[in-house]
Amino acid sequence: MRTESEIGYNSKIEGDVVVTTVDAALSWFRKNSVWPMPMGLACCAIELMAVGASRFDISRFGSEVMRFSPRQADCMIVAGTVTYKMALSVKRIWDQMPEPKWCIAMGACASTGGMYRSYAVLQGVDNIIPVDIYVSGCPPRPEAVLDALMKLQNKIGKQPVLERMTVTNLNNKEAA
Amino acid sequence: MTSLEAAQKLKAKFGDLVSEPAEFRGEISVKVGDAQQIVEVCTFAKEDLDFCYLVDITSIDNYGDDPRWTIVYHLRGLRNGCEVRLKTDVSEEKSKLPSVINVWATANWHEREIYDMMGIHFHGHPDLRRILMWEGYPYFPLRKDFPLAGKPSDLPGVAFTRLTPMEGGPFVTVAGGNSATSREPRIRIPETDSIETMGRLERRKDIQEAHGHPKGPGPIETK
Repeated sequence: MRTESEIGYNSKIEGDVVVTTVDAALSWFRKNSVWPMPMGLACCAIELMAVGASRFDISRFGSEVMRFSPRQADCMIVAGTVTYKMALSVKRIWDQMPEPKWCIAMGACASTGGMYRSYAVLQGVDNIIPVDIYVSGCPPRPEAVLDALMKLQNKIGKQPVLERMTVTNLNNKEAA
Repeated sequence: MTSLEAAQKLKAKFGDLVSEPAEFRGEISVKVGDAQQIVEVCTFAKEDLDFCYLVDITSIDNYGDDPRWTIVYHLRGLRNGCEVRLKTDVSEEKSKLPSVINVWATANWHEREIYDMMGIHFHGHPDLRRILMWEGYPYFPLRKDFPLAGKPSDLPGVAFTRLTPMEGGPFVTVAGGNSATSREPRIRIPETDSIETMGRLERRKDIQEAHGHPKGPGPIETK
């Protein structure tokens, strides 16, 4: 893409240049480097491992490492059954993640409690943390998890970066 | 030594305490009359009859019957291949029996699970606390009077429980229907379901379709 125009640079000398807004650029950086925090609780964790392995490589999408420390991660992937006994630990780890953070509820158990309609299973991790993407399946195919990640990337791409992301701001942006 | 011989030796040693061996589908069960003497029976079984492996201890809630609890011990002799089931009854008022932890160390967690789920105490157990639910959970979940949907409870800082939305009841599959649609899990009352009923309903629908009556909603089956 060679340009010779009045913009102020000569692309023959400076190479290909893209002009964009800071917000869009930051969104692009942010969405293409989502480092997941795997909250692998049950069988879905095996599929999550498969997503991270070589065949369905999640690092193609920027999730280069699965950071097991919440302080260093962007997205918590809740993969597995959340029991009531584990629920507060999941919430504590979620609280330790720094903003901006997102959550993918992977599988039926994390989304709604799955097949376990019982006294011991939390009926959906969205009872304790805000979930962005729900993936159905028991377990979901690794391709489904990658699709969820892609949808999450689209969602991140639309979120404002420079303005502080408050609920009011988001509401105004959606209303506008 | 076969399982039946081992059970008969148990009966011979303990006389009235132990019942005659009962056999069902190749499995030998023996009832121990007094739960408080279970340790002697188990010690004899382990040391003299070589039942070195305690497979499982489990409990049954005979809700409505007295005695309410039945504790079942599954024993196996690995060297001779014998398997025997010991059953004892415990009444609800007492809800206590001795722990067999000094006979088989594996009884530790089995008895903790029985305490957690049913509320039966094992005296002599070094560490009888809940193993699946958390300390401070107020109910015993696998009792028959505990609902499937659970009960709300709150232990701040540790855990909470809420009622599960049952949406009409447990979705039960009826085995043996002649098509997958008839076996599908749906809101069912299993006592009124039967394979014959399902089969008759299916045949009636097929006959109605063959005669050109309008079909109800659902997937069309072609033969």
